[in-house]
Formats: sequence, structure tokens, C-alpha cells
Amino acid sequence: MVQKEIEVILARHLASYLATPIFIVDPEGNLLYYNEYAEAILGYRFNETGEMPVSEWGTIFQPMDKHGIPLSAEKLPLVMALESKHPTSGTICIRGLDNVLRQIEIFAFPLIGQANRFLGAIAIFWEADER
Amino acid sequence: MKVTLWGTRGSLPTPGPETARYGGNTSCVQVVGADGRVLVLDAGTGIRRLGAALPIDIPRIDILLTHLHMDHLQGLGFFRPLRTRGVQVHIWGPASVLLSLRARLARYLSPPLFPVVLRELECDLTLHQVPAQEIRIGNFRITAQLICHPDPTVGFRIVEGNASLTYMPDHEPALGSRDFSVPRDWVSGYGLARGADLLIHDAQYTQSEYAQRVGWGHSAMTQTVQFATLAGVKQLVFFHHDPSHSDRDLDRMFAEVLEQTNPSITVSPAMEGDTFDLR
Repeated sequence: MVQKEIEVILARHLASYLATPIFIVDPEGNLLYYNEYAEAILGYRFNETGEMPVSEWGTIFQPMDKHGIPLSAEKLPLVMALESKHPTSGTICIRGLDNVLRQIEIFAFPLIGQANRFLGAIAIFWEADER
Repeated sequence: MKVTLWGTRGSLPTPGPETARYGGNTSCVQVVGADGRVLVLDAGTGIRRLGAALPIDIPRIDILLTHLHMDHLQGLGFFRPLRTRGVQVHIWGPASVLLSLRARLARYLSPPLFPVVLRELECDLTLHQVPAQEIRIGNFRITAQLICHPDPTVGFRIVEGNASLTYMPDHEPALGSRDFSVPRDWVSGYGLARGADLLIHDAQYTQSEYAQRVGWGHSAMTQTVQFATLAGVKQLVFFHHDPSHSDRDLDRMFAEVLEQTNPSITVSPAMEGDTFDLR
């Protein structure tokens, strides 16, 4: 693709200004961007990871349920929102590069643009004990 | 293809002696292909003179609307081919999320804003919603893509043979890309402008004016030079002049921008009547 769609460009721009962790993927689930607040939770800087396929980001952050059982990518709210094209929410645990185990609550929704173009999905998340 | 500028002003028609040289008509550009086929880019007030200059027996006209703000639409009802029986007029433009292009156009072409409604036009009218797949009109290959401007707005890239024109009269790429420091594929409009022979682009403000109008959907001249350089275009035309800028203001602003940016590409401010031959 020569250029991202304008809705995705503007979503990234908005995310870059927000003090709320945000994660953006394309229709195939490929990671496109996460913002500075997401970096603090995920333990990786976006500049270090860059864009990556779902098979990679779905495991790099070591997602697991609250009992410590690893979650496959398709159990992640963001991937569920992507596949169902409906908003989804859930609570998972991740262990980032800093090796800290964090429980995070996720709200994910499909990104539908002009003319009903399906452009991917966005996840907004929080550390559960931060609320 | 031959490109002629019939309206170069942004936001509001600005007739008067102080704007006579660059022109006071709002956005309208004519593109004529090697086979004589005519495209019209936007229907600002410049389209009235264009309509009067076209042959009365022209069989088909294609009007490509970037968006439906009034300065890009106001001349449509005064475009002679729309009132000429037997002329095929195709209008291409963006729908919104809930309203079709026809419904959106009808908001202007209906009372109380205009006395004639769409169905009363005498031409053979066909409406097409963009963006879609590549559009083919005669020898023209046309790509429409949504770009950064309030309300659904597209830019157009028009290719005929080896010649390419990109038209983005209302565009604020700096809004989504922080001074173009992001990778190119994250810059609004880059895909349309890349390597174009001619880029006609929004350059409404000075840098200090832009600072007061961030998010309004327009660009400062310096940003436009940055964008065009990033996209590797061959020639850039500053377009959509602010109504408050007189000819003397534009002369001064243009000289200052050339001095500040020292562009590596050919840059000129749009002037009504300018023509460009692209091969």
C-alpha cells in the first residue's frame, strides 16, 4: 500500500495526542501503531517493534488469562472485534519487556470508514488497578 | 493533457481590482485530454466562464467534485451544459456516511438556496459516488482517495499516457503527520501526489496564519512545499488563495516562501487563466 487510509492516519494522529493507551491494527490484524501510553504498559516502544503481523504481536506481549494460562491471538478482544466486526471488551494479563505482569481491561472496536470500508480495529486499554 | 485554471480562490468568491490578477473565482480546473475529452475539477464560481467557453455541441462532460463545500459547488447551477438538452453530464463526488451524493447535492440545488432542482436540469445527468476503484473516462485513468479536510473530501490523481496531474485544493496533510516526520505512507495525500508531473495544492495561509487555523483543513505555503518535495512532484501550483489576500499580498507571500524554502521543484502561485501542457 502506497499510503494508509485517511481514517487510519487520523486515528494514529489522535492516539498520539491522547493519554490513553491505544493500539491500531489493519483488517488482517497487522499491528499498525500504538501510542506512547501503550508503550508504558506493553513495555516496548513502537519504534522498537514497528509494524508486525498478528502472529507476532499476539505472542510478543505474552497475553494470558487471570490464571496465567496463555491466550491464543483469537481470544484477544482486539482480534475478536476484528473478526466479528463488533465492539468487544475483556480483561487479560500481559507480561511486557519489563517482565512486569499487568492485568489490563480492553475495549476494542472495528474501524469502519467512509462507504463502509473496513479498515481494521482499535483497542483502548487500561491497567485494571489504575481505575 | 492540457490543464486550465478557471478559479483559484478559496472559501469565498473575491472579485475586485485588488484580486484581478490572481483571480477572484473559486475552485475550478479544466482538463482536456489528447482526444478532446473534457474533465472539470470542482464547480466553484470559475465554472460559469468555463461553461460559456465550451462548444455548445459538446457531447459529454465529467465533473469531478473533491467535496461539497460551497466554494467548490456554488457555480454548478450556472454551468451551461447542465441546462443543455442532449449533453451527457457525469458528476463524480463523495457521499457521506448516511447521505448519497444525490441527496447531498440536492441540499444546494433546491429551494430556498437555488430555484432549480436536480431533476429539472435539461442535460442527461448521471451521478457517481467516489471513492471507488480506479475510474476510467476515455483515456484518463483517475484515482480518488479521501484526504485530510473536514467532511468527506477526496483528492484526484489523473493520468493520461505518461502525464499525471494531482489535484488537492483543500488539504491539510500536516494535521495528521506532524510536520511530515512520520513515514511517507502515513502522510495524507502522499499516494495521490507521488511523482506527479503537476500538483495543484492548497496553499491558503502563511505559517503564522496557519498557527491560528490548525484543523480548518488548509495548508500554509511552506507546508505545501514540504509536502510536494516529500512526494517528489515535478511542478507545484499554490491554489485556493485566501479571500483576504490581495494580489500584492500574494506576491509578497510567494517571494517570502521561495526565500525561506528554496524549493528544488518548480513552484508558482495559481493565476486564473494559467495553462499547463502535460505530456
